Amino acid sequence: MVTFQDLLRKVKAQIREVTPAEVEPRLGDEDLLWLDVREHEEYEQGAIPGAHLIPRGLLETSISMQVPDPDKEIVVYCAGGARSALAALSLQELGYENVVSMSGGFGQWKAEGRPWSEPVTLSSDQKVRYSRHTMLPEVGEEGQAKLLNSRVLLVGAGGLGSPAALYLAAAGVGVLGVVDFDVVDASNLQRQILHNMDRLGHSKAESARETLTALNPDVKVEPYGERLSAANVLEVMSGYDLVVDGGDNFPTRYLVNDASLHLRIPVVHGAIFRFEGQASVFHPYQGPCYRCLFPQPPPPELAPSCAEAGVLGVLPGIIGSIEAMEAIKLLLGIGDPLVGKLLTYDALTEDFRILNLRRNPDCLACADESRPPAIVEYDQYCMPAGSVARTV
Amino acid sequence: MMHTIRLPTILRVHAGGDSSVTACGSTVGEAFSDMGRRYPALASQLLDPDGSVPVFVNVFLNDEDIRYLKGLDTPITQPSEITVLPSVAGG
Repeated sequence: MVTFQDLLRKVKAQIREVTPAEVEPRLGDEDLLWLDVREHEEYEQGAIPGAHLIPRGLLETSISMQVPDPDKEIVVYCAGGARSALAALSLQELGYENVVSMSGGFGQWKAEGRPWSEPVTLSSDQKVRYSRHTMLPEVGEEGQAKLLNSRVLLVGAGGLGSPAALYLAAAGVGVLGVVDFDVVDASNLQRQILHNMDRLGHSKAESARETLTALNPDVKVEPYGERLSAANVLEVMSGYDLVVDGGDNFPTRYLVNDASLHLRIPVVHGAIFRFEGQASVFHPYQGPCYRCLFPQPPPPELAPSCAEAGVLGVLPGIIGSIEAMEAIKLLLGIGDPLVGKLLTYDALTEDFRILNLRRNPDCLACADESRPPAIVEYDQYCMPAGSVARTV
Repeated sequence: MMHTIRLPTILRVHAGGDSSVTACGSTVGEAFSDMGRRYPALASQLLDPDGSVPVFVNVFLNDEDIRYLKGLDTPITQPSEITVLPSVAGG
């Protein structure tokens, strides 16, 4: 029979330990994972900023899912340095090559006045609802809390807006604004899955609110049952973290683009026609804008609407879902959003492609950052009226 | 040198319904001219009467917008894909 102290000595002889002072300079270094192996209750009372929680009891069963790279640099810590030593040895035995245990644990870290924070925590219901998100290291409870505190505006509650809104609501985006002046028509239901037969004739924005809050009561829906216009676009869009454009006409798309340049809000773009779809992210002044790509719209005969030309109902499901994915990536700050890239999809050939987009140095909308375009009502030609000095 | 010109749905009617056509040339403009000989209706949609590309038509050589290369004079040095990108607004 050996004592715990004997066991710990033996374990520590087989691992590497570092002091808080030695590792603090690595705070914020994305190549390094801070792994907190304490229990939830301990973690919630304070943790090293950016630390990822895997309680000691779940470590061996879940580490390979959450940290698939065996070469990842990992600093393991607990409250005092014992559990982290045991955890570090387990990780070594599982094949993780670059693991160290922080001696003295969070207790010493905190006592020495090093930075820590109280992680934003989820309620017990939220932990269950979002568990498949939070087990992703790229999301975690911190990322989920970020989504819950995010505000996204959906322009259009139609074919693209429906799947985008449903997935954003399911993902727990805290506030979803929905702009749509239209009412639900039977011909919408082949693709606009936010709505149903009971809502025929009802406001689409209001129908969206009913569907989304029934799906997830964490989400507050702000319906705007009005047409987006030069008079209201800045007021409606301001205060949102990003816009998901699911509009169905060129004038609205140019208007949203202009307002996004004024407010510096990224626009997740999606557009569809019959069997073809496109998606991109227009991030003001960081990449091209909508007018860089399409300086002016085509003549109406070359760009009939879905109502005129038809659209296969699944197509907006695919492109709207891609828009939701891009929105979540932007909100979480993960991956490579489609900034400066246009994804094109041809449903008939099942062909996805990515085209490179450039910022147009002569763009009438975004070339001069200090003078965004004047907010005007567009006709079918969608030509800008000029620019105005930045006031915001 | 043979290239593939990918067409948007709206223009396929001018190419017998095909999603792409082939064309020869050592520049994008030459490839369009070759295409125009076999599909004059297609060329009339893609080029203005003066032979330039209308501002609402986007043309990509492989993954790059020819506006930021040399336009229709952009050289093509190997068999390539030219994409005509439609401007669509449906939602």
